[in-house]
Amino acid sequence: MTMLEQTQGLHEDATDLGGRGSVSDYIALLKPRVMSLVVFTAAVGLVMAPGNQHPVLSFISILCIAIGGGASGALNMWWDADIDAIMSRTKKRPIPAGKITRQEAFAFGMILSFGSVLTLGLVANWMAAGLLAFTIFFYVVIYTMWLKRSTPQNIVIGGAAGALPPMVGWAAVTGDVTLVSIALFMITFTWTPPHFWALALVKNGDYQAAGVPMLPVVAGETATRHQIVLYSLLLLPVGMAPYFLGFASVFYGVGSAMLGLVFLGYAIRVWRVREGDAAKKTAMSLFKFSLFYLMLIFAGLLAENMISLV
Amino acid sequence: MSKQKAVLSEEQIKTRRGRSVALAVTLGVLVAMFYVITIVKLGPGIMDRPL
Repeated sequence: MTMLEQTQGLHEDATDLGGRGSVSDYIALLKPRVMSLVVFTAAVGLVMAPGNQHPVLSFISILCIAIGGGASGALNMWWDADIDAIMSRTKKRPIPAGKITRQEAFAFGMILSFGSVLTLGLVANWMAAGLLAFTIFFYVVIYTMWLKRSTPQNIVIGGAAGALPPMVGWAAVTGDVTLVSIALFMITFTWTPPHFWALALVKNGDYQAAGVPMLPVVAGETATRHQIVLYSLLLLPVGMAPYFLGFASVFYGVGSAMLGLVFLGYAIRVWRVREGDAAKKTAMSLFKFSLFYLMLIFAGLLAENMISLV
Repeated sequence: MSKQKAVLSEEQIKTRRGRSVALAVTLGVLVAMFYVITIVKLGPGIMDRPL
């Protein structure tokens, strides 16, 4: 019996009425660390958008986007409870740990999804609400339920869900989708594959045991390293796009170019160091730097807009 | 027919109380939030409506 088969019956017992989860378990279902990235990038989209929105409405819009992002995290854990129980990174999550049942996670995720979308529609506009609903749908149905277990391109396409929040933030103010908001989307979208594949190189055994066809599992670690370098090359001009499109200053242009080059440097190190612990270490450094990169890129855009350099 | 009652452990009672408090706080925040949204969106126009 495989590990996956052993966990198939996880909390499917009809007599398990649940009710064991604490408030912190429910908060864990929202994936707070992912949520913080969602809040930050959405806030940058909202601040950069032209137009006047009452600060209270802006705050509530960001809250709705955060809750919507958290809801998709809960629904992701509902669906992936079986494989979460196998992987070391995820086996302490509330469902595999037996603190929350799948049904509770599903109800929690659905209520928050509908609540956040409807509230955003009432507070901001229905374009933003529609985009938030699409984000949740894309993450839960397209990525989690369909792509994640069926193709090594799972995180390439699925990355769109994580890249949408700045577009939702922008739309909350303007009610539309423009080239600028698409450029913000493209930054996170292009950044996602090298970010996740760096982690996948470190956690390859986990994904293999869980039967998730991540690129290192299916195509091998060498092919993954090639792809990481390719996407890092692509990320360099995409990260600079706000400057090329005229909505960021030359300071941002130079800063993003330097960050992109450092990113590429980390990717090339991952490509070169392929054996033993050193290989895992370099992959992990790329993963950590990628988080730093995204934070600085969006912080740069936010700072420029706040001090009106553009 | 005898009715069977589920007996909750101390731990279950404690987590249930925590969840109840969190729900009460969430509901209170929602009420306040929708009140503020109404005032911000409608402003003085809140009184300007046909009866």
